[in-house]
Amino acid sequence: MKGILRARRLLAVAVLLVAACGESVPAADSDLTGLEFEAGPLGAVVVPPGEQIQIRSLNTISGDNAFLGIPNQRGVEMAIEDYGPVAGREVSMGTPLDDLCSPDGGQSGAQATVADPSVVGVIGTTCSSAAVAASPLISDAGMVMIAPSNTSPALTSDLAGNPSPSHHPGYYRTAHNDLFQGKAVALFVRDHLGLDTAAAIHDGDPYTQGLAEAFRDAFEELGGVVTAFTAVNKGDTDMIAVLTEVAAGRPQTLFFPVFMPEGAFIVQQVDGVAGLEEVTLIVSAALLVDNFMELPESEGVYISGPDLRFGDNRNSITGRSAAELLDAYEAAYGEPPSGGYLAHAYDATTMLLRAIDRVAVAIDGTLHIDRAQVRDELTRTNMDGIIGPIDCDQFGDCGTQRLTVLYNTDARNIEAGKNNVVFEYAP
Amino acid sequence: MDSFLWVVRIGAIVLLIWGVAGTVVQGLSGQGPTGEAWRDLVVAGIAQGAMYGLIALGYSMVYGVLGFINFAHGEVFMSGGMVGFFVANYLWEVGLWETNFVLAILLVLLSSILTSTLVAVIVERIAYRPLRASPRLIPLITSIGISFFLQYTFAGLFGVAVKNYPPPPESLRSRISLLGLEIEGSKLLVIVVAVATMVGLYLFVEKTRTGRSIRAVAEDKEIAALMGIDVNRTIVATFAVGGAMAGVAGTLWALLFRGVSFITGFLPGIKAFTAAVLGGIGNLPGAMAGGVLLGLFEGVGPQLVLAGFGIPGVSQLKDVVAFTALVLVLIFKPTGLFGERLSAEDRA
Repeated sequence: MKGILRARRLLAVAVLLVAACGESVPAADSDLTGLEFEAGPLGAVVVPPGEQIQIRSLNTISGDNAFLGIPNQRGVEMAIEDYGPVAGREVSMGTPLDDLCSPDGGQSGAQATVADPSVVGVIGTTCSSAAVAASPLISDAGMVMIAPSNTSPALTSDLAGNPSPSHHPGYYRTAHNDLFQGKAVALFVRDHLGLDTAAAIHDGDPYTQGLAEAFRDAFEELGGVVTAFTAVNKGDTDMIAVLTEVAAGRPQTLFFPVFMPEGAFIVQQVDGVAGLEEVTLIVSAALLVDNFMELPESEGVYISGPDLRFGDNRNSITGRSAAELLDAYEAAYGEPPSGGYLAHAYDATTMLLRAIDRVAVAIDGTLHIDRAQVRDELTRTNMDGIIGPIDCDQFGDCGTQRLTVLYNTDARNIEAGKNNVVFEYAP
Repeated sequence: MDSFLWVVRIGAIVLLIWGVAGTVVQGLSGQGPTGEAWRDLVVAGIAQGAMYGLIALGYSMVYGVLGFINFAHGEVFMSGGMVGFFVANYLWEVGLWETNFVLAILLVLLSSILTSTLVAVIVERIAYRPLRASPRLIPLITSIGISFFLQYTFAGLFGVAVKNYPPPPESLRSRISLLGLEIEGSKLLVIVVAVATMVGLYLFVEKTRTGRSIRAVAEDKEIAALMGIDVNRTIVATFAVGGAMAGVAGTLWALLFRGVSFITGFLPGIKAFTAAVLGGIGNLPGAMAGGVLLGLFEGVGPQLVLAGFGIPGVSQLKDVVAFTALVLVLIFKPTGLFGERLSAEDRA
């Protein structure tokens, strides 16, 4: 018993020292002998000699939103390769899991993950709807998940110190919180465009509804009038009914943070609705996708989303810059990333790997990774990422909250639209 | 039981009148949609409903002849729209779409009809004919399997992303004046083509030798065979005609919504089946009328009835309105609006 206590004290001192020293000082560089590891309240992952450390990627890699999730998954692969061995072990991502951008996909992906006790943590999900279903399972299993592109406020907090209904310990994200994006769009409409009335359409998804609500609340706080707040069903094609409902209030702005194909149907049909001839259309990053921006009707549409101008930012763990990451991505996969959250996924993975590196303890050749300590380590994260400073609050919001609004001017030259920043917001 | 049904009927009528009255009061107080908006809702509802009707014809014809619901028919519709996209995209790239839209859309229509017809016939030959002697539940379950098979075959072949047809010419996107009403050109075209197709189908079924064979087989397969009708060939013809109607709907879909994907056929397929039941299963004019009515219920119903109760976001409830309307119609008239057309065996 005394031996165990001594070992725990030694480990605690070692972990504190590592934390105090800053970056990449692995606790498991030296193998301890003759000690017994006692796991914390959430248990520990035991990695036998010669085996790999297991993490997982749970992202949208099929369906309409695969454009977002595939670069996320590749970001995980690239970060694992750049980081190298963790506590002297190789890291395996296993078979990529698909969150299907849906609660069903999130739940089944999380079930597959928690069924394997060797998994330390997950990079994912891509979609907030999947995270709402996945995070309770991951949390109950003592694991951690770091989401590169979940932005729903429902997953973390109200930014006033209160946890959101779907917040669970062990959930972190490098993406922004949509309460900030809602504020950004509201400021853009009120201050930049000088418009007084707006309507919003969502599709019931936690992401779209959360963002539309954040916009509504912020817009009303700024003195604007929300003339309609309504929804479509996923799978709807005829948008005339919802647009007619919106047109009754004659809004100057219509904000519809929905996905494809519903977003395309709205821009294609809005011209045919009396009362919306002059309305200003604003969408979110869910429609920052080529087959939306290439539509002739998407010319003149504003697109809000995370600020992707990373400049000279570098990931302080691997040293990679955004430009180097993009070059490496194109070299490895033969195409530019189709979604905007590659850097978020890359930074998230390095966060997780460093946390494992710091808490892992090798005893007699076996690696022990205490799950509670991984969480504590992630909560203490304070690093520079490609996306900018990464600093987690107690509810898991870690990302930089810099947002922009783009203006799509030419459907035949969408790269110009992707770089045409007309408004920026950094709280 | 009868008294319970009467309570339901009276309750439904009261709620309907209450909702409509609430909407009228809102309209008189300056809230709610304008007259132009109501016009747009009605036109959009009819256009959408016309497509439901065309797809519903396939459900109704197959049900009339074989007595089961072919749930893969939505995917027959999708296949036409999907192949039509590639033809339209090619014609856009070579410039024909912009220089001679009429010819281009006819080529797209032809490719869509051919694809849907071919898919329908192949499905009948491979999946349904071997099950002809099985209980009806067997081909019904098979049709659900075929539906998924076709969806994911197209997903595998052409990818999962939504494919956008090229934009129609300005003349179709602008409004056309008709009897004092300003109607969007593409919607007017969809309605006209759907009605013309329906009339053509009606004449085909009523006036041609193949049409008479289809009616005879629908009435009684054994007697029809004794009269010298090739039942297998007639059933193939039924699937082919139903597929062709779905192919027309695929092109009209492209004119209205422009986006197609591998799951495009699922929801319209369910709605078309609903339309077929609404009009009276097995009844061709009933299927078309059921489609148009369903489109109108969907398009106008939420604003006309639910908004009157002060319910927010009523347009999200359009499916609720559509299926509630189906239930109500069946409560008032269990055989559908135009009555079922059943075979002698089913009537017995």
